[in-house]
Amino acid sequence: MVGVLPFGLVAGAAAVGEGLSVAQALGLSTIVFAGASQLAAIDLLGRDASLAVVVGTALVINTRMVMYSASIAPYFERLSTRERSLVAYLLTDQAYALSITRFREHDTSLWYYLGTATPLWVVFVGATAVGAVAGAQLPPSLPLEFAVPLTFLAVTTPAIVDRPSVVAAAVGGTVAVLGVSLPFNLGLLAGATSGIVAGLVVDEYDETTTVPTEGES
Amino acid sequence: MIAWIAILLIGVGTFLIRASFLFAYQRIDLPDRAERALELVPAAVLSALVVPRFLAPEGAVAVVGNDRLLAGVVAAAVAWRTENILATILVGMAVLLGLGWLPELVSLIGAVSST
Repeated sequence: MVGVLPFGLVAGAAAVGEGLSVAQALGLSTIVFAGASQLAAIDLLGRDASLAVVVGTALVINTRMVMYSASIAPYFERLSTRERSLVAYLLTDQAYALSITRFREHDTSLWYYLGTATPLWVVFVGATAVGAVAGAQLPPSLPLEFAVPLTFLAVTTPAIVDRPSVVAAAVGGTVAVLGVSLPFNLGLLAGATSGIVAGLVVDEYDETTTVPTEGES
Repeated sequence: MIAWIAILLIGVGTFLIRASFLFAYQRIDLPDRAERALELVPAAVLSALVVPRFLAPEGAVAVVGNDRLLAGVVAAAVAWRTENILATILVGMAVLLGLGWLPELVSLIGAVSST
């Protein structure tokens, strides 16, 4: 489970470190409210990437939340549009993980969901404010922007859980390095795409080779 | 200005992603393969973002004299062992800063020992 507090601190400090204002750091955390995509956007904005690359990369990182939306939707079918909008806005890795376990075992409750999702929001936005204000006080010689790849390192490690994800990460990273001098951050795009495809291929291969043996036993 | 436009666009896009199935007219189950592809997105994208930041911090692949690579390797070990974000950041930062100060430290020791 990703710690929200350090994530918020980095989202604030790194934003300021890359030249964004405190208001923009807070804007990211309140309007976007999705740490990993924010850090990617901060990193790319600091490298003068084009608007399309910044927005596209951030949104690709957040596509995983389609999965959460699909998985949690049946429990919230009866809610009003306004309530479902609130559920959607507050949907994060942590809020999803905590709620879905509860919903599968007990009853569904909007209040349980809000009871987990809202404190996460408060801590994350509060930590962003602290990180941004503190980051603005620190000497500019301090390589604050290095906190972004370090945070990604800490977040990527738990995302590598099985053979397909190991291959996805290895291929994604290698292709991105090979394509590092390509224009328009094409190396990133090529790395991400080839990583996902390679992971799927391995997943498919593992499936076809392991399923028959499971069937026999 | 581009930052604010980016923030708004990412915000709207992310909300639509989160809202997608919550506002579907009927229950839809994601196909297995789509779900697996989505599960692989963080590993592939984050790795594609992060590896060049350590291996090619200045835009070209560099191994010798690359403080960020060394700091990254140490931080990766910490991330692997502890799965703690704060510990990973602090150790990585400390190694990078320490390596940056190393030449000065060496010359300082040299100056002190020669007197």
